[in-house]
Amino acid sequence: MKLREIAHSRTGDKGNTSNISVIAYDPRDYPLLLEQVTAARVKAHFAGVVEGDVVRYELPRIGALNFVMSRALGGGVTRSLALDAHGKSLSSALLDLEIEAPVDKT
Amino acid sequence: MMRTIRIGSGAGYSGDRIEPAVELAEKGDIHYLVFECLGERTVALAQQARLKNPDLGYDPLLEERMRAVLPLCAAKAIKIVTNMGAANPESAAKKTAEIARSLGLSSLKIAAVVGDDALEACRQGDLPILEFAGTIKQLGNRVISANAYLGAEPIANALSAGADIVITGRASDPALFLAPMIHAFGWAMDDWILLGKGTVAGHLLECAGQITGGYFADPPYKDVAGLARLGFPIGEVGEDGSLVVTKVAGSGGAVTARTCKEQLLYEVHDPTRYIQPDVVADFSQVEVEEIGLDRVRITGGRGTERTGTLKVSVGYVDSFIGEGQISYAGPGALARGRLALDIVRERLKLTGVAASELRFDLIGVDSLHGPQVSAHANEPYEVRIRVTGRTESLREAVRIGNEVETLYTNGPAGGGGAWKSAREVVAVASVLLPRGLAKPQVRFVQV
Repeated sequence: MKLREIAHSRTGDKGNTSNISVIAYDPRDYPLLLEQVTAARVKAHFAGVVEGDVVRYELPRIGALNFVMSRALGGGVTRSLALDAHGKSLSSALLDLEIEAPVDKT
Repeated sequence: MMRTIRIGSGAGYSGDRIEPAVELAEKGDIHYLVFECLGERTVALAQQARLKNPDLGYDPLLEERMRAVLPLCAAKAIKIVTNMGAANPESAAKKTAEIARSLGLSSLKIAAVVGDDALEACRQGDLPILEFAGTIKQLGNRVISANAYLGAEPIANALSAGADIVITGRASDPALFLAPMIHAFGWAMDDWILLGKGTVAGHLLECAGQITGGYFADPPYKDVAGLARLGFPIGEVGEDGSLVVTKVAGSGGAVTARTCKEQLLYEVHDPTRYIQPDVVADFSQVEVEEIGLDRVRITGGRGTERTGTLKVSVGYVDSFIGEGQISYAGPGALARGRLALDIVRERLKLTGVAASELRFDLIGVDSLHGPQVSAHANEPYEVRIRVTGRTESLREAVRIGNEVETLYTNGPAGGGGAWKSAREVVAVASVLLPRGLAKPQVRFVQV
């Protein structure tokens, strides 16, 4: 299934850094996010977009992850050549990530 | 009984809708109305306007916003806090006084917070730039402005001195909300826990509609009703830093645990260290709980001691950007779009356009996330090509759009709707200024 089935997301920008939250609709799916939505996978998912590191922060109390992606906005919001200079649409791309559903979900 | 104040957030950016702020003033039962209108580079653009006319340099929508809310705010004693002063808070205060008089209002005290202009201090210190190797001096005469993010203290002082309206230039966005709390509750400027809680509140409220259902809807997963008449948020803040986020009953949108969680992490990096002028706030233990329709209780905000520096936003002329677009439709649209991009790519080389960076997009196909992320099988009915490039002069930038426009008569079949532009790019970089070098002051205008 797609990440979109179990999580919602919002993108923010500061200079050339983009942050994307991934928030479980149901807190019970948070462990699934922890396990499968890793910094490495997010970095690979944004190949060709994110040139720098991806760092993941964990917020168990709200069932959320926060990904901070450096060198992700074409040199910075205020000077980027990109149509979406803020990278506002990146969250929608991340929700396309493939997630393996646990088999025994009873 | 615990004292509580109600703070309305009347704008999330400079061009935001105006009626939701009027609705807040009219029906929100609020004590404070805050307008956050100053984007990262807006001060630099405003400084350019001020250099042309010393009476300008404040937010271009100041008059429209003030005319819309001043009569209601004056009648109900709602205090206004805003960063619409941009590069010229004093002129903004004078203009606001003039508007108030023209509306027949009197007995209003308007404060301008000045002292965020840190250009001289930055030049003297030749401070290093955080985003790239270099210093302020190395940017030379490209530098337009340098403004420190001031904290809540001068705004709170202005309120305590009786100001009805406080107009700042560059100040931290959450500080615009934190200041009324400090003023109303007498919070100490070294009570890091309370300042951290207040910062959580300010952060959640500062983007206005983004916590009431804006920037959120994603049908059918996340449906939001009434986005055309989206209500802006109200924070009910207690003197112990407790917070309930809500909105005017009957307005569009929704305040839910989900909208609050998304906004909590918006533009946040390390959630344990959200660095502000007044405090380093910690969002990591925050919890959200729906306690009623459009009522969400926020708990768990914290903070630690502030740092010794203030972030300064430096506006400078970075480059020029030229751009051209043209569309193709029907069978084979994508192939003609790709052919058009190839032609422009070759033309820019042949004619020797001096661009340090070029970008070739197919709008509707790969313009947002690039060819790797956007790989999919379906061919669109129509496609719009977009070519952009960075140059050192406006003249060179113009040539990029021209090479797209000439596709009308020289390019693939059926190219329509060509458009071009060339513009100067004012970009923003940051430096850290030792705190003591910024000297905020408050000046008053009486109506």
